[in-house]
Formats: sequence, structure tokens, C-alpha cells
Amino acid sequence: MGGRLTGKVALITGAARGIGRAQAVRFAQEGADIIALDICGPVDTVVVPPATPADLDETTRLVGEAGGRIVAEVVDVRDANAVQHATDRGVDRLGGLDIVCATAGITSRAMTVDLSESAWQTMLDVNLTGVWRTCRATAPHLIDRGGGAMILTSSIAGLKGLVGVAHYTAAKYGIVGLMRSLAKELAPHNVRVNTVHPTNVDTPMIQNDHVRGAFRPDLKHVTREQFAEAACSMNMLAIPWVEPVDVANACLFLASDEARYITSVALPVDAGSTQR
Amino acid sequence: MSGLCDKVVVVTGAARGMGRAHCERFADEGADVIAIDIPAAADELRDTATEVEKRGRRCVAAMADVADFAALTAAVEAGVAELGRLDVIVANAGIYPAGAPTWELTEELWRRTLDVNLTGVWHTVRAGLTHFGDHGGSIILISSTNGLRGTANTAHYTSSKHAVVGLARTLANELGERGIRVNTVHPGAVATTMILNDVTVRQLRPDLEKPTIDDAAEALTARHLLPVPWVEPVDIANAVVFLASDEGRYITGTQLVVDAGLLARA
Repeated sequence: MGGRLTGKVALITGAARGIGRAQAVRFAQEGADIIALDICGPVDTVVVPPATPADLDETTRLVGEAGGRIVAEVVDVRDANAVQHATDRGVDRLGGLDIVCATAGITSRAMTVDLSESAWQTMLDVNLTGVWRTCRATAPHLIDRGGGAMILTSSIAGLKGLVGVAHYTAAKYGIVGLMRSLAKELAPHNVRVNTVHPTNVDTPMIQNDHVRGAFRPDLKHVTREQFAEAACSMNMLAIPWVEPVDVANACLFLASDEARYITSVALPVDAGSTQR
Repeated sequence: MSGLCDKVVVVTGAARGMGRAHCERFADEGADVIAIDIPAAADELRDTATEVEKRGRRCVAAMADVADFAALTAAVEAGVAELGRLDVIVANAGIYPAGAPTWELTEELWRRTLDVNLTGVWHTVRAGLTHFGDHGGSIILISSTNGLRGTANTAHYTSSKHAVVGLARTLANELGERGIRVNTVHPGAVATTMILNDVTVRQLRPDLEKPTIDDAAEALTARHLLPVPWVEPVDIANAVVFLASDEGRYITGTQLVVDAGLLARA
């Protein structure tokens, strides 16, 4: 396919599946090499089925098929040393770093007053502090390179409040604040920093009994179709969710030279959800 | 890949600056163009048409003031009659008249600014929308960083550009069901004659007797996060093409800022 990222190296967290995998594959199609990180395992307090080493292997296969080189490692973004070492190893192997996608994230659900300490803390550790650790580990490499782009995956919950996910919403808003500060700090180094804000994305993170049940509390077992019907009501466009590739395409645009003067921007990919 | 091949786009303010860049970029992606501008810009509009044709695409150049709904409707109709369909509307025509404190703006200046920058956009959407098929479409309204914040001595311009956001948000709600997406793009300082002129250069450097473009560039760079004085028309066109393309197929109701960090620095 195209060559919008020819000669670039992109580091992606949460790369085993979902949005992270779509970024890895889409970027590779445009000529990039990939450093793919993922925990490939369960996280306490999260009931959504976890990513597996086989998922990361599949990302590796797909990137190779698209013609990209890839360095894949099992890394938990809560482990600062592991993030730093994996970043440094990947950069060493692939010869530099130009693009960072901080995509790793979790979801869990409870009303604000019912949230446990551990659910709250784990959420912040992964969805906000994990993003910061990713930025901290990678920023020096982008500065070394003389420029680059960071894309932090927030959510529509980073732009408006949602019921039953206060911890998730707080973390996703926090990512916007992090992005705004980082954009100022890194601009003199020609590094751009932006966020993307997806509505529901058709990934395992939403396609499970737990999330489906929250959309249709009236039903005992919710089918994909019943979930879709309920999810449509969130969006302006007549669709229940977007595909991972739609988020990846927005990130590709922001990472590419086509967006060379776009920084400190929060870009929704939300079928109009935040404006409805 | 972009899904714009053989689509038809209408662009207002197409004779020069950003408008021409939109036409060129859409032609690059395989689209045909209805290029509209005022009669006074006829020569430059012909050059735009030549640029589109050089890229192997068709261009219908038509003259109309966007403030004149009848003339604009006729221009769009002529274009659609020749090119056969309409898929994308880029409401780009705008003016940036001389500034003054809000309480000193004349009735005439206020009204003309709204007529072009706001009513002209509404006209453009109305004139184009009737030609959209049942396959959806994309509408991009060009606002400004002044559509998201105020600056002194620009009440007429700033009000018009804010209002464009209100129009887009309403349209997005109205048209979502039909698969038509509506977004605004917010350029900061763009390297066009709208800012690269003697008046603006003097405003940017009141400390100098005979300021040059380079002096103005220094002042503009200081306003940005990224170390550049301005963005190029093609940077705005790239954002517009992204929103119009299949890669932006689920983006609607959004305000996309292309400003080298102007808003974020303030």
C-alpha cells in the first residue's frame, strides 16, 4: 500500500489486539517498522477476557505480512523498568524511534460510590500512569531523532462523563492534561503530541458479557445484535461502534507528515457521540 | 485507498490560498472539482482549474458570491450538471476585513463579514446538500482558531467563525442518520495573502517602522508551540481531505485544529 510512514519506527503499547494491533498493521502497511508491547495477560479487577501471547504473535504475523519489521515484547505498562528496557531494546534493534502510540488500556465498571480502592488504583496505574511511563521512556528517543509524533489513546470518556466508569473517565481526562503539557514541552524538539477519542470500538474490550450487560440491563444474555441496537443510541451516525482500523487511520493521519503542524489536539473518532 | 476517486467536491473560495490547495489535493486523490469564487477572482480561478486538470481530473469553474444564494445555487447546479454528482462540500470562502475595536466596527463591515463568513457557509451547504445522493457524504466548514477563541479587534470575524461551529454542530445532528458527516477545520496562521500583506505585517510588528515579512514571521513563531511562523495551505487541505476520505468515515461533529499549537500556547 502507501508509503506515508516509510522509514519510520513506531512503538505501540497494547499491541496484541484491538486498536493497538490495528495501529501496528496499518502503520506497517504505510512502511513503518514496529515495536509492539503488550501485557498479554490478565489484570486484577478487570473481568474482560485478557490478551494472550498468541494475540501478540498474530500481530507479529500481520505486521510481517504487511512488509514491516517488528520487535514484540510482553510488557506491563505498570512496570516502569520493563517499559524503559523494552523501549531501549526495540529502538536499538530498529535503529531509532519516530512515533509513539500509547494505547494500552483497561476497563472495569462500578458506580462511583461503589468503586473499590483497588479498581480505582489499578485503573489509574494502567490507563494514566502507564501512558505517562510510555511517554517518559520514549520522549528522549524522539528528541534524539530531531522530531516525531505521540498519539495517546483517550476516549469519548476523556471529553464527557459516562455513568459507571468514573475511574476510567478520570484517567482518560487525565490523558488530555498529560498531552497538553507534553505538547508544550516537546514542541521545541519538533515532537507533536495529540490524543484520539474513540466511541465504542468493536474489540474484545466491549464485546463481552460484562459490557454488553451494562448496555442492556433488562436482558440476561445479550447478543451482539441486541448490544448493537442499544449502542447505536450513543452515536450521531447510524452505527453501533467503529472498527479498530478507523482509530488507526486517525492515528496514522496524526503520525504522518500530512499533520506536520497539528499538535495539542484532541481528535474524536466517535461517530458524533460527544456532540449529540 | 482514500475512497475519493471519481467523487465530486464543491469548493468555495477556490481561486487561491487554501481554496486552491483543497482543489489540488482532492484532484490528487482522484476527485473532480466544482470550483467557485467571486467574479473579481476569475483569472486566478482559471489557474485553479488548470491545476486540477493537470492532475487528470475535471474542473468546472463557476463564479458566484456566496452571499448571493441564487447565484451560488446556479453555480453549483451548473457544476453538478456537468460532473454528474456531488459527494463533498468544502465551505472555504471567507474574508478577514480590517479590524477595529468592537464598538467602532461599522454596520457595513459587520454585516458584510457575516454575509460571507456565516450566511455564505449556510448558503453553500443548502446549495450543495440537495445534490447529495443516498450514499452519504461529507461537509467540511472552514472556521478558524478564532472560531474557538477571541482576539482583540476581530469581533465581526470571530463572531462569524464561532457561529460556523454552531452551524456545523447542528447540521451534524440533523444529517447523521443520512450518513452525512459534518466537521469544522480551524486553521491558525496560514501562508496566504490573508495574512502575508502589508497591513497585517504592520499590525504584527507595531514596534518597527518598516517591518518585513521576516519580521512578522518572528512575531508569529513566538505565538506557536512548534517552531514555525505559519502553516501552508496544503496542511489545511490535507486535514480536509482526511476528513472527507474513507479514513474519516466515522468522524462527525468534530473541530479539527491545524495551527502549529497556536491555541495551546495561548
